[in-house]
Amino acid sequence: MELLNSIKKTMGGESKPPQVATEKKVEATKETKPVANKIKLGHVHMSGCTGCLVSVADNYLGFIKILDDYADLVYSLTLADVRHIPEMDVALVEGSVCIQDHESVEDIKETRKKAKVVVALGSCASYGNITRFCRGGQHNQPQHESFLPIGDLIDVDVYIPGCPPSPELIRNVTVMAYLLLQGNEEQKALAGRYLKPLMDLAKRSTTGCFCDLMNDVINQGLCIGCGTCAASCPVRAITHEFGKPQGQRDLCIKCGSCYGACPRSFFNFDVIPEFEAISEMIAGVLK
Amino acid sequence: MIEDPYLGKYMTCISARSTDKEILQKAQDGGIATTLMTFALEQGIIDGTIVAVEGDRPWEPKPFVAMSREDILKARGTKYSISPQISWLKEATRSFGLDKVGVTGVCCQMQAVRKAQLYPINMRDVPGKVALTVGLFCMENFPYKSMQTIVEDHANQNLSSVKKMEIGKGKFWVYTERGNVSTLPLKATHKYEQPGCHVCLDYVSNLADISTGSVGSPDGWSTVFIRTKKGNEVWSKAVAAGMFETKPIEDVKPGLELVMKLSKEKIDKNRKTVEERKTFGVNKALRDPYA
Repeated sequence: MELLNSIKKTMGGESKPPQVATEKKVEATKETKPVANKIKLGHVHMSGCTGCLVSVADNYLGFIKILDDYADLVYSLTLADVRHIPEMDVALVEGSVCIQDHESVEDIKETRKKAKVVVALGSCASYGNITRFCRGGQHNQPQHESFLPIGDLIDVDVYIPGCPPSPELIRNVTVMAYLLLQGNEEQKALAGRYLKPLMDLAKRSTTGCFCDLMNDVINQGLCIGCGTCAASCPVRAITHEFGKPQGQRDLCIKCGSCYGACPRSFFNFDVIPEFEAISEMIAGVLK
Repeated sequence: MIEDPYLGKYMTCISARSTDKEILQKAQDGGIATTLMTFALEQGIIDGTIVAVEGDRPWEPKPFVAMSREDILKARGTKYSISPQISWLKEATRSFGLDKVGVTGVCCQMQAVRKAQLYPINMRDVPGKVALTVGLFCMENFPYKSMQTIVEDHANQNLSSVKKMEIGKGKFWVYTERGNVSTLPLKATHKYEQPGCHVCLDYVSNLADISTGSVGSPDGWSTVFIRTKKGNEVWSKAVAAGMFETKPIEDVKPGLELVMKLSKEKIDKNRKTVEERKTFGVNKALRDPYA
């Protein structure tokens, strides 16, 4: 509760965000930067399907609230006409990289140069996902055959795995990134703790598969048969036989969701037991 | 709010049992989990809940999305084997069309729900639709074949004639429909435990809204922890509606002291296992999910 109260205090309570005063001034003076301290957010589209961006938008008014108070969307070819990748605090990158497409390779390098925090948004950016199965030979660029997750070309700070990624996770990461860059010391500490497992996933691997459950959970003596992996799988490739995961690996699209969702992949006791306060805090800042 | 390193965060702890005679007929202990979920359903706090009903084989649990009192009652009684409860968590918000999902399960399953709420990975809609979680105390669990071996070989009973199983007072108890009782020392069951349970650092479902179990209270009663605001709200309503008999935990034997003792034993033992994994090989460690 103390955590929640202190965060509410510094975020300006439930109903009255600190930006209100500034906003009034805006109406009078028509400043170009209506709300102070917003972070610069960009959406970079590599070889993706835009489903990740749809997931961003599927936060509905929560997304509008974020754009009102916490972030400016400085780049997104789908939503705005900024043509070239600008400086960004946080780049949400979706899709993998076709290494036979020069522009794409330049884009991802440019993104790393221009962004303080690079987020692999969704499973294509994180793990390759369905583009792992690409092998070229199709009209009219039959030589476009090799696709890599962005982490194989640049350093990635944070993973948001999922195909599709959950809107709520994208929202949480955005709010936490704001706190990390603009919050007080306590908020920064909370954001750091929250983001750590998603940063660890980014360090761990650029491959995702049902096999993660075998290699890093069951084979490691960690599986407790809770069933979470089966719920998270977007293609229902996982069932449970005698309480243990059974994968249909020819159905698996290699999105890495099951391992991410598994409570025995990461379980950070310095964050998850605070679920009540953190959920209330996130709901509070989006009110 | 009490914050205990072994019992988790909680507002109050009491000993309780259901006042619903029908529920008590087949309840494992005080009928807390069943009564809470049926009450929450009748009150519109939830519109369905994941429970563990009997599966294809005798005493094999199967997760099930229950949307009626009748179906919730089918899940009464402890089944000492793995029921992948969370496998239905997302589907409950999809084809079942639920807005307010209830979840019952053991400690690790409560952890899975909370992780899905804070870090939803391919779990869209789940964070906002979990309405009530009731967690059971859990010392360890057994794969189905382990449970079969324990009952059929060690206790010498036919699984399909078993009425109830219970772990208590250092023994595994098997009660048959025709009135026979077999016991075996818990020591004999240790090698059959699910290995993943040996790194579990939670005994009394610390992350549930309300957690309940048999230890600490007399037979037919349950020990209950009220933990979250949501849990408190539901519990207060249920008590006001006369759903439960309650006693302060201080007034019952063996009481909170035994719960504390067993929780400490479990967590200390398993924490040691987590430590030992760090030097399991030669200059090689096994993975630590808590690192």
